[in-house]
Amino acid sequence: MKLFPVRGGIHPDYRKEQTSEKAIVALPMPPLLFIPLQQHVGAPAQLLVSAGELVKKGQMIALCQGTISASQHAPTSGRIAEIAEVAAPHPSGLPQTTIIIEPDGKDEWADLPEPIADPFAADPQVIRDRVAQAGIVGMGGAVFPAAVKLNLGTQYKIETLLVNGAECEPYVTCDDRVMREYADEVIDGARIVARVMGAPKVVVGIERNKPQAIDAMTKAAAAFAEVEVVGVPALYPMGYAHELILAITGRETPAGKRTAEVGVVAYNVCTVRAVHQAVRFGRPLISRVVTVSGGAIREPKNVLAPIGTRIADLVEFCGGFATRPESIVNGGPMMGEPLPTLEAPVVKGTAGILALTAEEINSRPASPCIRCGNCVTICPCGLSPVEISAFVRKDNFEGAAKMGVMDCVSCGSCAWVCPSHIPLVHYFNYAKGMLNDLERERRKNERVKTLAEARIIRLEKAAEAKRAALAARKPSPENTPSGNGSEAATATTEEKVNA
Amino acid sequence: MLIAISSLTVMGIVLGSLLGAAARFLAVQENPLEEELKAMLPGSQCGQCGYVGCSQYAAALARGDTSVTLCAPGGKAVVEALAKKLGVTADLSELEEKGPEYAFIIEGLCIGCTRCIRECSVDAILGANKLMHSVIAEACHSCGKCVKVCPTDAIVMVPVRVTLANWHWPKPEVEHIQSKPKVGYAH
Repeated sequence: MKLFPVRGGIHPDYRKEQTSEKAIVALPMPPLLFIPLQQHVGAPAQLLVSAGELVKKGQMIALCQGTISASQHAPTSGRIAEIAEVAAPHPSGLPQTTIIIEPDGKDEWADLPEPIADPFAADPQVIRDRVAQAGIVGMGGAVFPAAVKLNLGTQYKIETLLVNGAECEPYVTCDDRVMREYADEVIDGARIVARVMGAPKVVVGIERNKPQAIDAMTKAAAAFAEVEVVGVPALYPMGYAHELILAITGRETPAGKRTAEVGVVAYNVCTVRAVHQAVRFGRPLISRVVTVSGGAIREPKNVLAPIGTRIADLVEFCGGFATRPESIVNGGPMMGEPLPTLEAPVVKGTAGILALTAEEINSRPASPCIRCGNCVTICPCGLSPVEISAFVRKDNFEGAAKMGVMDCVSCGSCAWVCPSHIPLVHYFNYAKGMLNDLERERRKNERVKTLAEARIIRLEKAAEAKRAALAARKPSPENTPSGNGSEAATATTEEKVNA
Repeated sequence: MLIAISSLTVMGIVLGSLLGAAARFLAVQENPLEEELKAMLPGSQCGQCGYVGCSQYAAALARGDTSVTLCAPGGKAVVEALAKKLGVTADLSELEEKGPEYAFIIEGLCIGCTRCIRECSVDAILGANKLMHSVIAEACHSCGKCVKVCPTDAIVMVPVRVTLANWHWPKPEVEHIQSKPKVGYAH
């Protein structure tokens, strides 16, 4: 297949050999599981269980609410020990509402929904409902609810379903292992998703530094004419959906638009495999493969961990720390974020946990910009990091927004390539946060205005009603004006309570 | 020739007098800037700026009589919008110290007098006579008027909690090496 040139990109040291030849091993059931209500983009799921309740494996314990949300399920059978605030796997370490399950060791399945006998003959809506029921979210890191994404097929004409197996982050090999060991399941899931989307073509994009994965997937796809497996150049950030789509189809997604606009939708390999499990076996998303790696980990591994495993338990399973880690990273070294605590759980979007040594991080103080322009050359989004960072340094967020800071995907290439070690991505993340804050404030002010206007109308109506009541009572002389006044005041408050 | 001249003359007179009449009878009394500024303000008429309401503050701003930093509920976003519209630089240092807040009713102290309910310009307080009141935090725009009227000091302003939904990275602290001249630098 002919590939198209992409914009920018870097060649970091991949360091995947620490785990790429390690087969996936299942983690023995940890003593406690911590299931946060929110592991996805959108609204947190609604709690369905209470402390002390017994749950079975695969039972729904939190229900999605609102249009963009995902349900949570019990990864094993056991007792709900507590509903508590537990540190989230997030750089802030802030707590979030979490269901704590004490496994009973029986690992007993709940009554699962019936497998869909022939997903290629079934109504697409049935499959969409099943995916929603299984609580599947994008497992490549974006954690967008998969069922909501499946609806794109009804709004846009999708020509190609892109299965994203690029896995461009250094160290991380979970997608690589899943493709090698479960190629048939990935292909089946991809075909199901393509059918729901109405996409006639499936393209699996894999970076060429994973030849075994390409072989396994090509073999699994051989029987299906509509599926094509393509090796793409090993270039970071090839796994960024817009970049991969550009490489494979030559189409560029407009800024701020969905990839569906150019007729392509991308799904991570683990996500389509989860769809396969939900459709073929009725199993919800209750575990995932996590790469535990980095120089400070004694035995790096690819671990099949139940959702909710404490990261400390995961690290312990991998032999603990060989040396003192300088930083624990959630995700890959390029886009991952530091974890302030090991008490946080593995969630649906956790692809890797890295314990990096000081040499691996190679952190240095920033020196002045030398105007080399490398950051501009390598930016996959076509931005000018040097100029944006100058605006952000001055807290000129409007200027930064005009230069396209909101189109930055925080891939980290600019900071990686910067010879002066300027924390460019950190500046952009800060600017994006501030711009979001300002937007929130603006929306709130608009709401305040609506509320204030509504109140004025309400008060006018109340005054009108009062006048009308007064006029109605005037003929009868026994009603005193003072009595009138207090009654009307109560009416106002009552009306407010009712409203 | 004559028809053309006369028709154009008639048209000129008619249209000219129409324009003259329009200028007199449809004249815009208000400063258009005032309207624009008013639209930017929260419109909750809380009066914390020291003016009676948002329109009066907007009028004062349009005349250039007052500072753009007086709107407490509007926060930084409004100050910045006003400063940009008026082409002035706003001193944001005071605003940045005080983050977003909302009113909170200490339930044990509330006697259900409904004074705060009547004061609230956005109907953010729920309650009734002799029943405990409560603030809908999402609707509160932190004008603080309810705090002033509460006879039992049951209302306090509390900062909006930082959650996973609104947390973001702080500004990186970059100390550029050799960026400052050493003491005793040659003049």
